[in-house]
Amino acid sequence: MRRLMTAVLALMLATFGSPQLVDACAGLIGSNGAVNLGRTTTLAAYHNGVEHYVTSFEFLGGGGEFGTLIPLPGVPSNVERGGAWTLQRLILETDPPPVFRAEALAGAASADEAEVLLEVRIDALDVTVLKGGAESVAAWATEHGFRLSPDAPEVLDFYAERSPIFLAAIFDGDAAAERGQQVGDGTPVHITIPTTNPWVPLRILGLGKQADDRVEADVYLLTDRRPSLLPAPREGMALTHSEPATRSLLDDLRSDEGMEWIPASAWLTKLSIDAAASDMTYDLAVDASGQNQPSRRAAGLEVASADQDDLLDWILGGIAASMLGLGVFTGLVVRKRS
Amino acid sequence: MRRWYYGLIPLVLLATGLVLVGWSGSPDRPGDHHTITIHFSRFEPAEVTVRAGQPVTFELRNEDPIEHEWLVGDELVHWAHRLGTEPYHDEIPTEVTIPAFETKTTVVSFDKPGEYAFICHLPGHEAYGMRGVVTVVE
Repeated sequence: MRRLMTAVLALMLATFGSPQLVDACAGLIGSNGAVNLGRTTTLAAYHNGVEHYVTSFEFLGGGGEFGTLIPLPGVPSNVERGGAWTLQRLILETDPPPVFRAEALAGAASADEAEVLLEVRIDALDVTVLKGGAESVAAWATEHGFRLSPDAPEVLDFYAERSPIFLAAIFDGDAAAERGQQVGDGTPVHITIPTTNPWVPLRILGLGKQADDRVEADVYLLTDRRPSLLPAPREGMALTHSEPATRSLLDDLRSDEGMEWIPASAWLTKLSIDAAASDMTYDLAVDASGQNQPSRRAAGLEVASADQDDLLDWILGGIAASMLGLGVFTGLVVRKRS
Repeated sequence: MRRWYYGLIPLVLLATGLVLVGWSGSPDRPGDHHTITIHFSRFEPAEVTVRAGQPVTFELRNEDPIEHEWLVGDELVHWAHRLGTEPYHDEIPTEVTIPAFETKTTVVSFDKPGEYAFICHLPGHEAYGMRGVVTVVE
């Protein structure tokens, strides 16, 4: 049966507010406040078992390298330069006054424990797809000169439990300058990911931010039919567009470079994220199959298993209390009989 | 006839219960050896009690894939480190850098009773919650 399309995607890219502050040692996900995520825009579409992520990395000036890590639901079959104006066209469709902001990511290439599956250079952007657990990916990043923020261990673990695939993107500021890129110029990237379980990473958007910092992002979903979402739109994640995609939109998108995969008909959803970083504890599970069963696991909502040490403490504490109580009771009984 | 060993039953049960209480996450109490684990950029436990004037061994286990610090002292010490730029600490017992997945041991003596915070001063780590306290008692 033909795979339902769903779609979408999302992503998160980080805008590095002040790359100059990152210095020579690239800052993977700012850990000192020098790196601030700006509003990001991403399209992820799911069609015939293939998820397409289209996002853009914005050059913000400065030298050196900087970037971020992005968890992916599967191993990409291709990473290439994205269409020139796909994201802008989507914004134009849903938000008349187009204000395009996408941002930069970061990562690096080569692996020690983490396995490097793919390396691609797109303009001044080095993209590396890694396979590994949270620890090995973090170790790889550290060994490549990046400083991970303090929340990185927990966040990477959160993702690695579901998918060991991460995309690291490094923006080479020096190369961008040599290419004549101006501040604000974006580098669109199109990631093709065969997968049966599409989901949109949202929690990663808060990586490196303080608890009160805002996470702002626009997530476009293009699916074969109206999707069922988990979590459902809520405070901090507003459903701002949900309609059949117009023929003009699909035709326009299809005419952009590398966008011929756009289907003849689809449902367009837009979610606007505007939440405190501390509230971004979930991802977005999407089910456009008509089953209305978005995965709790894909949304990161599965209840974490109890810490074994804590559990042991509770068990031993309970046994101890029972033994003490029984001891006192037995003592009373024996005393009474004697 | 009453069997003489019936009287031992409550004692055995009470003793067993007390032993289990000791195993089951007992409340912190003064000691000369403390293990502090760092997991997901948090100190566990975050509260430790020691006695003044006695050398105390701190075993610092970093289970994270990133580097951390364990710096203990009064507020003046931490004020200085918040502004400091030292990339590595390994010369002073009260200032220890723990690389990813490594364990470091240090011995510290606290002369005066009081509360001394231990904090990781790597950028953003204190704000994230990497803070604990050593309570020094007589």
